Amino acid sequence: MTAVAGVWRNLPLKAKVGAVLFGVFVLAAIIGPQVAPYDPSYANPDPSLLMAHPSAQHLLGTTQTGQDVLSQLLVGIRLTIELALLVGVIAGILSVAVGVTSAFLGGVWDEFLSLVSNVFLVIPALPLLILLLGYLSGKGQLPTIIVLSVLGWPWGARVIRAQTLTIRNRDFVAAARESGEKSWRIITLDIIPNEISLIAANFVNTVLYAIGASVALAFVGLTDLNSWSLGTILYWAESQQALSLGAWWWFVPPGLAVALIGTSLVLLNTGIDELGSPRLRASRGAAKIAGHRIWATDPTPVLAQLTAGRNRVGAFVHSFSRESLLDETPAGGELR
Amino acid sequence: MSFIIRRLAFYLVAAWVAITLNFFIPRAMPGNPVESVIAKYPNLTPSAEKSLALMLGGLLAKGSLWSQYVTYLGHVFTFNFGPDIAQFPTPVTTMIGQALPWTLVLVGVATIISFFVGTTLGILAGWRHGGWLDRSLPALMFLQAVPYFFLALVLVEVLGIELHWLPVGQGYNGATTSPGWHWAFIGSAVQHAILPALTIVLTSIAGWMLQMRNVMITTIGEDYVVAAQAKGLSSRRVIYTYAARNALLPQLQAFGLALGFVVSGALVMEIVFAYPGIGLLLLNAVSSDDFPLMQAIFLVITFAILIANLIIDFVIVFFDPRVRAREVAR
Repeated sequence: MTAVAGVWRNLPLKAKVGAVLFGVFVLAAIIGPQVAPYDPSYANPDPSLLMAHPSAQHLLGTTQTGQDVLSQLLVGIRLTIELALLVGVIAGILSVAVGVTSAFLGGVWDEFLSLVSNVFLVIPALPLLILLLGYLSGKGQLPTIIVLSVLGWPWGARVIRAQTLTIRNRDFVAAARESGEKSWRIITLDIIPNEISLIAANFVNTVLYAIGASVALAFVGLTDLNSWSLGTILYWAESQQALSLGAWWWFVPPGLAVALIGTSLVLLNTGIDELGSPRLRASRGAAKIAGHRIWATDPTPVLAQLTAGRNRVGAFVHSFSRESLLDETPAGGELR
Repeated sequence: MSFIIRRLAFYLVAAWVAITLNFFIPRAMPGNPVESVIAKYPNLTPSAEKSLALMLGGLLAKGSLWSQYVTYLGHVFTFNFGPDIAQFPTPVTTMIGQALPWTLVLVGVATIISFFVGTTLGILAGWRHGGWLDRSLPALMFLQAVPYFFLALVLVEVLGIELHWLPVGQGYNGATTSPGWHWAFIGSAVQHAILPALTIVLTSIAGWMLQMRNVMITTIGEDYVVAAQAKGLSSRRVIYTYAARNALLPQLQAFGLALGFVVSGALVMEIVFAYPGIGLLLLNAVSSDDFPLMQAIFLVITFAILIANLIIDFVIVFFDPRVRAREVAR
């Protein structure tokens, strides 16, 4: 417990704010459906409750068909968070598996797996998603989860592969190998624990991507429209002209919820970045003497380079940069 | 040269994977897409059904899977995707040709604006690290985390419907003008493009800024920048000709990818604004089960991205002496 408290104290403020904010939404996802005051799909026939302003009975007002917006929101957050976390876990496992295997096995396998992840990086995900869901329309959440996971792993795999390549050559791994450890033990006990922060950042990014993509797909109607998620609330609000009828209470809360979840994840991620790369922290205090800036010297350039590119765009770009492709280590090359 | 050849080979593999995926996806789907299309559009001619089977497989497709694949490849390479089924008998290629320019121009211009403004702001934020611009980044990140369509709808409501400053929806005013190279049309098209372009810029600018800032901060710590400062050069010169110039390379690589997403990234934007581009066409194809059109659009978007990346590879070889130096060393 004290270790956990220590880690928490050392987290940058951004990460703390992000973690708390995201925690609030996870809590809402857990208890939301229980505390929702009404059935989200129940259309109250009372004519005074059609598109009613927020009131004591309906804290966030009602929709055009008399459904309670707050209840929809509380139920919808669960589905959105659930889907995003599931995609994060599945895609995360895939990227760790592919990245580590690729770097550890080397040779033809490495070439092949790297080629596969590069190809999937360059093929545009959103149109492929729409194409696949076009065929699978109206089949519930499962196709969305599978398709998002299958398309969400490649850039994570690339980043993890790069990190594994550097760890693989450290002395402690060589020592473990010399002492006759089995490969799977080296991978699970020596390599993966040293990549936890990278895997965590990767997970956060994947969850962010899943929330964005699933909400956007639901918004354009490519999901099961009978279930309540943040995306489907927005879909119904838009298709029933909530905004042009001035029903802000129907439209703003779900949009704001998605925005806040997204912001919390971005904050969490930049926080993790700054933890790994002190230079990105805003320099104040000691670094600023008499109005002059003193730039900290970089302790570990390689790590800093890796972490600098760790945000969503950065990691994606870095993993596909010409630099990283040029530097691609040929089979077993680093042992020569 | 071998760098370019390697990249070219890679893009060819990627294109082949996309084409092959496109061949197998409809054949692997549960249910039979062809039969459902034929059931939905009963007045298709036999020749249309034949070209449908060619793209999607099904019981009507003749020959082994391999021979189907070979025929399919031939049709893809000649850009022959058959007639469209929802708007029979307009060829699919014609429909894509009509939609593509709208997307390319609007999103292209918006991406370039966003890139330049975001990069400039990133340079300043990185230089004045911890300054007010740098500290305003979380607010900008919030703007980026807002679902794109949400921001777009709010802007439509406020600027378009409440204030009547800008027209909303469609690519031009169909009541007063028709497409062509005359000022009335161009003026109308520009007016209709401002609002969608604004939403793209607002949502994407923070990403450019953040990345440029991070690279700037790393670059500023380099010895040559410190040396330039020690020499007493003006800050302006140090910022732009020393630090930013080198920090720009990763940004340029990102720009290549972003240009590729020009075609696909704004799918949602076009849906919100009913903008007559490729995204709206794709969504309409999906909602009317127009599978051949769907498949052709996917291929067009993929090819566009591959070509954009190839062009950026050339640019990088041109701009980054390190890539060329490595070539010689090999």
